[in-house]
Amino acid sequence: MNLLMDNLFILLLIPIVSALILSFVRQALPAKWIALATSLFSLGLSIPFLVSFVSDASIQFEQSWTWIASLGVDFHIGLDGISMPLLILTNGLIPLIILASFKKEYKGGFYALVSFMQAGLLLVFFAQDAFSFYVGWEAALIPIYFICALWGDGDRIRVNLKFFIYTFLGSLFMLIALIYLYNQGTARSLEWDALTSLQLSENSQRWVFWGFLLAFAIKIPIFPFHTWQPDTYTHAPAGGTMLLAGIMLKMGVYGLIRWLLPVAPFAVLSYSTILMVLCVIGIVYASIIAFKQQDAKRLIAYSSIAHVGLISAGVFSWHSEGLQGAILQMVNHGLSVVGLFYIIDIVQERTGSRELSSWGGLAIQMPRLAIVFLIILMGAIGLPLTNGFIGEFLLLKGVFDFGIWYAAFGGLTLILGAVYMLRFYQKSMLGPQHPEGKKVSDIAGNELLVLSVIAFFTLLLGVWPQAILDLSEASVTSLLNNIKF
Amino acid sequence: MGAIITLGILGILVLYLGLYKAKNALLPTTIIGLLVALGFSLSLWNTDATTRYHGMVLFDRYAIAFSALLIVVTILILLLSKEYFRSISDNIAEYYCLLVFSLMGALLVAAYHNFAMLFVGIEIMSVALYILVGIRKSDFASNEAALKYFLMGAFSTGFLLFGITLIYGAAGTFDLSGLREYVLSSTTLSPLFYAGILLMLCGLCFKVGAAPFHFWTPDVYDGAPILVTTFMSTVVKVASFVGFFRLFSMVMVPVSEFWTPVLLIITIITLSIGNITALLQVSFKRMMAYSSISHAGYMLFAIVSIGPSSASSIFMYAVAYSFASIIAFAALILVKRKTGSDQFESFNGLAKREPMLAIVLTIAMLSLAGVPLTAGFIGKFMMFNNVMGNYNIMLLVIAVINAAIAVYYYLHVVVNMYFKTGEEQNPDRIAVSNSYTIVLGLAAVLTIVFGVYPDIIISLI
Repeated sequence: MNLLMDNLFILLLIPIVSALILSFVRQALPAKWIALATSLFSLGLSIPFLVSFVSDASIQFEQSWTWIASLGVDFHIGLDGISMPLLILTNGLIPLIILASFKKEYKGGFYALVSFMQAGLLLVFFAQDAFSFYVGWEAALIPIYFICALWGDGDRIRVNLKFFIYTFLGSLFMLIALIYLYNQGTARSLEWDALTSLQLSENSQRWVFWGFLLAFAIKIPIFPFHTWQPDTYTHAPAGGTMLLAGIMLKMGVYGLIRWLLPVAPFAVLSYSTILMVLCVIGIVYASIIAFKQQDAKRLIAYSSIAHVGLISAGVFSWHSEGLQGAILQMVNHGLSVVGLFYIIDIVQERTGSRELSSWGGLAIQMPRLAIVFLIILMGAIGLPLTNGFIGEFLLLKGVFDFGIWYAAFGGLTLILGAVYMLRFYQKSMLGPQHPEGKKVSDIAGNELLVLSVIAFFTLLLGVWPQAILDLSEASVTSLLNNIKF
Repeated sequence: MGAIITLGILGILVLYLGLYKAKNALLPTTIIGLLVALGFSLSLWNTDATTRYHGMVLFDRYAIAFSALLIVVTILILLLSKEYFRSISDNIAEYYCLLVFSLMGALLVAAYHNFAMLFVGIEIMSVALYILVGIRKSDFASNEAALKYFLMGAFSTGFLLFGITLIYGAAGTFDLSGLREYVLSSTTLSPLFYAGILLMLCGLCFKVGAAPFHFWTPDVYDGAPILVTTFMSTVVKVASFVGFFRLFSMVMVPVSEFWTPVLLIITIITLSIGNITALLQVSFKRMMAYSSISHAGYMLFAIVSIGPSSASSIFMYAVAYSFASIIAFAALILVKRKTGSDQFESFNGLAKREPMLAIVLTIAMLSLAGVPLTAGFIGKFMMFNNVMGNYNIMLLVIAVINAAIAVYYYLHVVVNMYFKTGEEQNPDRIAVSNSYTIVLGLAAVLTIVFGVYPDIIISLI
């Protein structure tokens, strides 16, 4: 085996090593450059995987070592078509997030936590063994808690404690489900293969289902488990919000696809009406609340609940279009929320406020921002030729196949999304100029670079969504075909 | 047995050193003595596990592994003691001597194979502790704690002894193998035996601090000197569990349907009471006292559903819990020396002043909370797995809710250290001596190592 080019473990190791180095860097200047360099290195190393990846349903670049022999636990990682887009998303967004934090003069500690979180996220996406999955799942939580609570604002301590306890409780229920599954097989194992080939009774599937669902639904979040989300997003530092919304919530959706569907298919089917209703309620409810928001960050936080509601509905629709759309839309949503939160951060930094009422007319002073903002916004709304369109189309197709009424209400996300997003744009960029906005300068340098990259991929994936869809198609089809009842 | 004899001689030797005012030789002598005892224990590792001295003691791997853990933990506590004992009392020789004797009792409890040895071990362990708790003669809290501990301890010993007597009355033997044969062979057990089980259960639950026999724990832990509290909440608690588990796994399994419901209720109460009361505490030391009650609840999982992996799960849990507790109490000693208070507020802003200490304490708290990549998670995983063997899902759900509640108070101190600013009057650093650095560093590294590669511990038993 080649040491670098197809060794998946290296991708996990780089962020950990980088985190260790960064935790000893006291000055801000070297810290950010080291962080950027290592994250770009990670991104560079992920390209060979993308290139040599064969888009069939197999698990590739597999690596497996015995981890805890006495418990029968392996450290088993690999990539398939469902994890590949998320690997690219994670390793692609982390450099952008680091670059977006350049102005903040964070010391090494911040970047160390980001790198450590990257390792946790990647482990979640790579894991072929539920134990490794769980370890990655929790390992991603600790750093984001510290990022949000250390560098956040406002009521950060209370809000993040709620976030931590809430998600930790969900994870523990998943742990019970995993231990239950672990005790089912004749050979005690937590391998994905072993768990998915268990012959579980309907009743035990229901138990397992609730265990998994609580963990994933809290992380995503699906209505009514979303109460931690707006506060946490609002009070987190910009980098933390981007990590949370851009990558971390994908862990939940990924968990639904990778673990919940194949392990408890019967329970998912039998609860699918409830799940769909919850998703659709979440979409409509969050969209309406988003429309009422004055705080820009809160607005995007609620819009995020609406978007992931549709993504989850696509997953539960049990159709390959829905699943494919979910995978594509995970990437799209990651791109657009990172862009939007960054724009909010830029404007907040210049005008000193996140209130929409004190923005107004910014396009006059910031024409370049206005253009990239518009592109990213169109992607978030789902206008044709932007990435969001294809994703939402596929998702709605999947949901439509499930039931026309769900699609009708779920489709409101497009209309309501357009309403609150355009209101957001109008209140911030257009209209009369607010006095605060008269002396602001346009975006330049890093800001322009980050936003242009995001805008570029928004358009690229809008015209060429096959890039992502091709990766995952075979895996999704085989996932749906192989599910045993 | 070499280990126990060594400790007996060591205790007397230390007393003589104190008599001749050789204060500087105390610590090195004690540690060397403990290392010798550790060597003796480990030398039995590969020998046949047969009973010795007419069935009095049994050094199987279970006993040896726990003895080694108890000795190592005591060594770590002694390393912390160097400046500490001198600052609170003049009679340092007595300290070392009593700790050594108490450890000797703990080793007997770990290796007993006869009720006589169990009783003698528990008594040696406890009597030394009664004195240790009250060693600050002029301190009101210390005296109160000692008196409370002594009265309650004497009472529970009575229960234990009464239980032993009744069981002897039914079975006619003190020997564990004999008792097992009695339980397996008789078709109907004498009612005396059942009464004996319940009384012993009460006595042992008192010793491990399980609810509803826990009322002494917070006051005693709070009133005792911090290092004695550390010793009680690690060595003594673990040793009591070792004895508890050995009795129930060797003898009581065939009659489990009789005592399981009782113990199940005790476990649930212990988990919840410890947790919920810990939430309300403003003192870090008292929080640790209540959290130790709820950890006793988790360790009871191994006894509630005894299975093939119970012994290794209780060992894993004990290792994780002991190391994390040592870190927490060592950090408390350092902080209290500086600020004079053991409230959560005295940790404010610690991360700015002492980043390494803050990180180490954070690791300990995460381990106690059971977050992956720390030893505490593996302990919880194995305990939950153990209970799942009996499909006791209700117990697991209660345990999980409790584990989530516990995060609140474990993170409390982390919040104080990292997110609150301390007073600026004391900007100077805390003087951390070398021995503290070694103990804190070692315990933190081991917590992570056992969390990442737990096979080292699990495969032992």
